[in-house]
Amino acid sequence: MLNIKDLHVTVGGKPILKGLTLDLPSGEVHAVMGPNGAGKSTLAYALAGRAGYEVTAGTATYDGQDLLALDPSERAAKGVFLSFQYPLEIPGVPGITFLRTAMNAQRKARGEDEVSAPEFLKLVREKAKALRMDFDMLKRPLNVGFSGGEKKRMEILQMAVLEPRLLILDETDSGLDIDALRVVSEGVNALRSPDRAMLVITHYQRLLDYIKPDKVHVLAAGRIADTGGPELALELEKSGYDKYVSNLGDEAA
Amino acid sequence: MTFPARIDLADATTFPTRRVEAWKYTDLRKLLRETPPVSPVAAVAPGGPFLALGGDELAFVNGRCAAAPQIVAEGDQTVRLRFVSTGEGTGHQADCTIEVRPGASLLLLESYEGQAGGYVSNAALDIMLGDDARLTRVILTDEPDTAISLARADVRLGAGAGFTQTTLTSGARLQRQETHVAHPGAGASVRVDSVYVLGDARHADLTTTVVHTGPDGVTSQLTKGVVRDTARGVFQGQIVVREGADGTDARMGHHALILSDRGEVDAKPELEIYADDVQCAHGNTIGSLDENALFYARSRGIPEDVARAMLTEAFLAEVTDRIEREDVRDLCRAWLAEQMA
Repeated sequence: MLNIKDLHVTVGGKPILKGLTLDLPSGEVHAVMGPNGAGKSTLAYALAGRAGYEVTAGTATYDGQDLLALDPSERAAKGVFLSFQYPLEIPGVPGITFLRTAMNAQRKARGEDEVSAPEFLKLVREKAKALRMDFDMLKRPLNVGFSGGEKKRMEILQMAVLEPRLLILDETDSGLDIDALRVVSEGVNALRSPDRAMLVITHYQRLLDYIKPDKVHVLAAGRIADTGGPELALELEKSGYDKYVSNLGDEAA
Repeated sequence: MTFPARIDLADATTFPTRRVEAWKYTDLRKLLRETPPVSPVAAVAPGGPFLALGGDELAFVNGRCAAAPQIVAEGDQTVRLRFVSTGEGTGHQADCTIEVRPGASLLLLESYEGQAGGYVSNAALDIMLGDDARLTRVILTDEPDTAISLARADVRLGAGAGFTQTTLTSGARLQRQETHVAHPGAGASVRVDSVYVLGDARHADLTTTVVHTGPDGVTSQLTKGVVRDTARGVFQGQIVVREGADGTDARMGHHALILSDRGEVDAKPELEIYADDVQCAHGNTIGSLDENALFYARSRGIPEDVARAMLTEAFLAEVTDRIEREDVRDLCRAWLAEQMA
């Protein structure tokens, strides 16, 4: 589904990703782990199309199309969803309004009819309930004054409602206590399906106890330094990232 | 800041230059040097932007009013006060007196409607609220980018009176809405809010003064605006707390977004305090849309232009959300949405 080949990305003129290659087939969950500063969030932002993350070489194809040529909103309409490490606050826009605007914009871009208000509310209520969220939270301006855990739940709710096909989770476990982590992971796991793929970006192995990956990639100094099965994550938990960092010398700094 | 006498279109010596401090950012003299020819007599059918809200109508067309140019409110009343300009390249002025009797309540829905281009309109309102009277004044302007439009209201309040004002403007070639409130304290409360949404080369000037002369008065002011293209927004807000006006609570906020390279906002918030034990605060910010929030919305599938409009409207809606009456608030919110298109 997603094929990244020799991807180079600079941020503010500084090279961060330096030839990253990764293939994520449909139906699979891949974890990307790595030390701080390795380029994990840069990968997430580059795939979502954030301004300032400049692709200087390489390709990323999604379902055979050039993902990097698309506007962020076009990527979303085609099923790409980035769950933010730090979800933004949107003052003055109730969550429910934001989500409905997003859903209808995506449907419009795909040439589908807008969702009716009752139909939409029913859908959101159902998904919110599954995530054990108070529906009234959606009437408040999106994420304004929410705790870290509430913001992450709101991300997963958006994901559950918008039903993307390529899910990129950027440090979804950060800021979550153990109960919230369980609820959020259940929400993510409920979205696992043969025609979806997930890229789970995380610093810690903890999240992978809940969201079991098919493969684990180690990102260090802008490249995939190692790839293995779920056992690789456990090994990293024990031995840390030192061996990847020290092997690369100055470049990893 | 001291304010010159009212402008009289028949007397060009009353047209202020930029050397007058209160007119520094709105250069009337540059556009208007001589007395304009007098606008013709005209009539318009009942209507205006507030028609759906009902009430009585008092219309000034090219400065003239078929009835007595005054409103005297008793009980609970709604009046749609319209200033309609149909003169092309001509000028007119209107004088209107509004009195809200003690204990009475008036919803004043005031519109400035330009139905021709190149006119000069000059409106003057004298507003008096009796003790414990209530006035909700909502001003909506829809004027062409060739018009010069000036309006000035002088407001006096009785003890315990409540005055709230919300101005919504899209500007004109040169437009100024000026409000002066004499605040007696004495449990009276004042709210003076405004929103400006300006594009092209439009200009809107929102100038207010609130002078607290007695103790225990409340004033709250929130102005928000956006400018695009080469438009220019001017906010001058002055709150004066005179000696003896102890216990005054006054808050002023002005926040603007500049959405183009050549847009301009001139803000002059002023608090002058000569009393003790007062609570006064003001905040003034000028910036652009939050790029991170914009990317967040786009990453959810919302196209950039829709996302910009959504965030801009939400920014401005903080002002219209302060309108208490739901039907009035909804109408103002709909106006905001229209400006985003």
